[in-house]
Amino acid sequence: MSDKITPILMPKWGLSMSEGTLAAWHVEEGAEISPGDEIMDVETDKIANAVEAADGGLLRRKVGNEGEVYPVRMLLGVMAPSSVTDAEIDTYVSDYEMPEVEEDEDTGPNYEFAELGVGKIRYTERSGEGTPVLLIHGFGGDLDNWLFNIDALSETAPAYALDLPGHGQSVKPADSADLDLMVSAIVQLMDHLNIEQAHLVGHSMGGLIAGQTAISYPSRVASVSLICSAGLGAEINDDYIDGFVGAQSRKELKPKLKYLFADQGLVSRSMVDDLLKYKRLDGVQSFLERLKANLFDNGKQSVSLKDGLKKVDCPKQIIWGEEDAIIPQSHANAIDGATVTVVSGAGHMVQMEESSQVNELIKEIL
Amino acid sequence: MSNPFPLEKDKLIEAYRTMKTIREFEERLHVDFGRGDIPGFVHLYAGEEASGVGIMMHLKDHDRIASTHRGHGHCIAKGVSVKSMMAEIYGKATGSCAGKGGSMHIADLSKGMMGANGILGAGAPLICGAALAAQKLEHDGVGITFFGDGASNQGTVLESMNLAAIWNLPAIFVVENNGYAESTSVEYAVASDSYVDRATGFGMPGITVDGLDFFAVYEAAGEIIKRAREGAGPTLLECKMIRFFGHFEGDAQTYRAPGENEENRANNDCLKIFRSKVTEAGVLTDAELNAIDGEVMTLIEEAVEEAKAAPLPAAEELTTDVYVSY
Amino acid sequence: MARTLSMKDAINEALDLEMERDKTVIMMGEDIVGGAGAGGEDDAWGGVLGVSKGLYAKHPKQMIDTPLSESAYVGAAIGAATCGLRPVAELMFIDFLGVCLDQIFNQAAKFRYMFGGKAETPVVIRAMCGGGFRAAAQHSQMLTPILTHIPGLKVVCPSNAYDTKGLLTQAIRDNDPVIFLEHKNLYGSETDVPEEAYAIPFGEANISREGKDVTIVTYGLMVHRSLEAAETLKKEGIDVEIVDLRTLSPIDMDTVLESVEETGRLVCVDEANPRCSIATDVSAQVAKDAFKSLKAPIGMVTAPHSPVPFSPSLEDSYIPSAEKIADAVRETMGA
Repeated sequence: MSDKITPILMPKWGLSMSEGTLAAWHVEEGAEISPGDEIMDVETDKIANAVEAADGGLLRRKVGNEGEVYPVRMLLGVMAPSSVTDAEIDTYVSDYEMPEVEEDEDTGPNYEFAELGVGKIRYTERSGEGTPVLLIHGFGGDLDNWLFNIDALSETAPAYALDLPGHGQSVKPADSADLDLMVSAIVQLMDHLNIEQAHLVGHSMGGLIAGQTAISYPSRVASVSLICSAGLGAEINDDYIDGFVGAQSRKELKPKLKYLFADQGLVSRSMVDDLLKYKRLDGVQSFLERLKANLFDNGKQSVSLKDGLKKVDCPKQIIWGEEDAIIPQSHANAIDGATVTVVSGAGHMVQMEESSQVNELIKEIL
Repeated sequence: MSNPFPLEKDKLIEAYRTMKTIREFEERLHVDFGRGDIPGFVHLYAGEEASGVGIMMHLKDHDRIASTHRGHGHCIAKGVSVKSMMAEIYGKATGSCAGKGGSMHIADLSKGMMGANGILGAGAPLICGAALAAQKLEHDGVGITFFGDGASNQGTVLESMNLAAIWNLPAIFVVENNGYAESTSVEYAVASDSYVDRATGFGMPGITVDGLDFFAVYEAAGEIIKRAREGAGPTLLECKMIRFFGHFEGDAQTYRAPGENEENRANNDCLKIFRSKVTEAGVLTDAELNAIDGEVMTLIEEAVEEAKAAPLPAAEELTTDVYVSY
Repeated sequence: MARTLSMKDAINEALDLEMERDKTVIMMGEDIVGGAGAGGEDDAWGGVLGVSKGLYAKHPKQMIDTPLSESAYVGAAIGAATCGLRPVAELMFIDFLGVCLDQIFNQAAKFRYMFGGKAETPVVIRAMCGGGFRAAAQHSQMLTPILTHIPGLKVVCPSNAYDTKGLLTQAIRDNDPVIFLEHKNLYGSETDVPEEAYAIPFGEANISREGKDVTIVTYGLMVHRSLEAAETLKKEGIDVEIVDLRTLSPIDMDTVLESVEETGRLVCVDEANPRCSIATDVSAQVAKDAFKSLKAPIGMVTAPHSPVPFSPSLEDSYIPSAEKIADAVRETMGA
């Protein structure tokens, strides 16, 4: 009986999430759900996002109420075929117990650290089958920018994400802060992990790094997916870049972060606080200033992938948020032969705002 | 005739010029204060010049001193600009402290002058810090605190002497014993018969010198400072001296014995003593010294004129420089 | 894995990193190494509660045990700060302030102003503060108001390990005299703390909890009592916002006023005595600058106008409790 019943649970996004608010249901009881359908909105103090169904089925019961806060893994809904009786579902709901989890499992996937030539690099790994996918965040970001992607992608391939040098919990180099350093970090991490070839997925500056890695080390790269990528045109929003680098307080930073999202309500206090915490680490400020000077000074991008990528013959795709306010969406057509998708209703952080669509696009290329 | 003194002629001239500058500075303040030209109140160092100058002749800018409420002499001897001091005492924007400190807080850290101080005995811990910094930063600077016989009874002084002794600091404790703590005599207020005994009690050497004799002070201070620079630790130096004026300007000095001030002016004037020693030895002539007197008078006159003409601090300065950043 | 650290260890780590980074940073205090001159172990104590344990082994030239002479060594730290060092003087308990107050408020606090802007005094005076240790009237006080009153001093009182490391780092790098107060009952409290050095600027309050109905403005241990109260009140449908001031001088009134303008209700919670306290100060400023936003009289929860008592039953009622805070919030809600 209960093996026919599929629970819908409060998800766990990232290490620190212990509870979430069920903001809204997107499906009604009696609806047939397909995997990947957006079934509800969940909000935490850090982020709000739509939850996609991992499994398909007939929604028989909404257990969670809109507006209520539930702990991670709490039963929020029940899917079951019509052959299961209402009584059986009642019993399932009343007997449901939060799964016992091992202590270290409870804290979610671990971060790892690798001592590389470029210095200490933090990364995270999700096991899977086939050629790995490596996720490269953008300027000022970290591996948690892939919170809504890495688990989904690991269904298709082993998935890795790293903190680039100068970012997250990786080394804060005192001298260099340029594209060569970033490419070296990617290749050194692949060597460290014994990854001969990987699909590179890069967001924003991470796209520039992914593309440059493909140009410099073509044999190491199986495909590139460039999301709202740098390196495909001259313009970049210098109010954002300068504002992000220069901001010393919540008040200064928050308005700049609004450029990142189509839905500006996603910029939570805790997102601003976390970025300030990062920016205040010793070495970060000067690193970002040097990196900006090298790559994005005065609203102009100094490096172009256009010529180099022409000579790289791996599969290439370009994904853009239609409402990107950081790098113009018109740059999406810069590379001949690349598959181009413009995602509506999303800004620069398209992989967060429309994660399911982006995940599907990446899975296609893997 | 050969020079019997431990200083070359040019240094003797410098010492005299500094003592005379202090004297004329204070004499002029006495007059101007009496006329009501100066706000607040002032404590004058006149009569005590040989002590400050005899010690300061050995010091460089990286040596630190902490002074007292009676600080003008120490400031001048340590190289603080006379004109900016005068402007400060007049409360002007051009003063050493931009008009915010006044007579009792004149300081110039670039000259190693950590401040006159309105709190008696407060300088003793501060120069322990200066001496500690010299030790940690490995330079040969010393820290010297001046205090009177009155402040010699402050806990800060006694604690600091212990601290300097246990850390073997290049710190020097100078008691300028002019016999009076405000109006209270040293006989009444200080239990110990001898500051040397006090020093011994704190595990450091103590020396008493005639503070009216520039050369006695100069030679004793030289030894003590050399000792401190060489890492041999702290010393107490007592300079026995007299104060020409009252505790502050306006003090009727009824506590003094009849004729005491007149006797001091006539026979216990450290400048007269210096002058007679150097002229009798034939190293400096009255003419040379009189020429210096003239130059000093001119300097003081200019300082007063410039101070009177200088602008008052701007209203917006009221709340500046409370913090480096806030 | 993010790393957690206690507030006590966060203090140790901030001192360690700064002494490593800058050899002019020295630490002075009673028993901060421990066993000086005695026949036993070096680094016998590492501070009376072990906060500086292990630092002597790493930075022997920068760790100085002092005799019991608060005036002398706090004054020496202040003097040294004007001579090229960046001393961190530990005043064990802030209650000992009385012994050395002159050096702090007549000397360190005033040098820059008195000397016409020509002095910098980068000194930090660390001290334990606060009650709950059954340490009675002379070892338990929250003297933040006295210190905050004095122009020229900066006053910090963090509520958690993350803030403690960042604020202490800022205190050491700051060029003004800083009084850094560590609530002894928070020494064991843990948060995530980055391993790297970081500085949190002064004058930036932290919103410990977002809420719509009532603003609680507080600092130190009282942040935790307020969070407890907020959990209780949540069950009653009252949504509390908590502003943790973190630094009392400078104070981030912008964040306080913005919050009160949103919620319309204010409760000030202060472990200090009630007269002329942080609670009265914040209340007065809000009444002056945001009176029209207020929907109810301002609430205040403070210690009583009495010394800190010894007997546990008395001390527990002396220190503001979550229940008293919740009651004050309910009152502003008209409940």
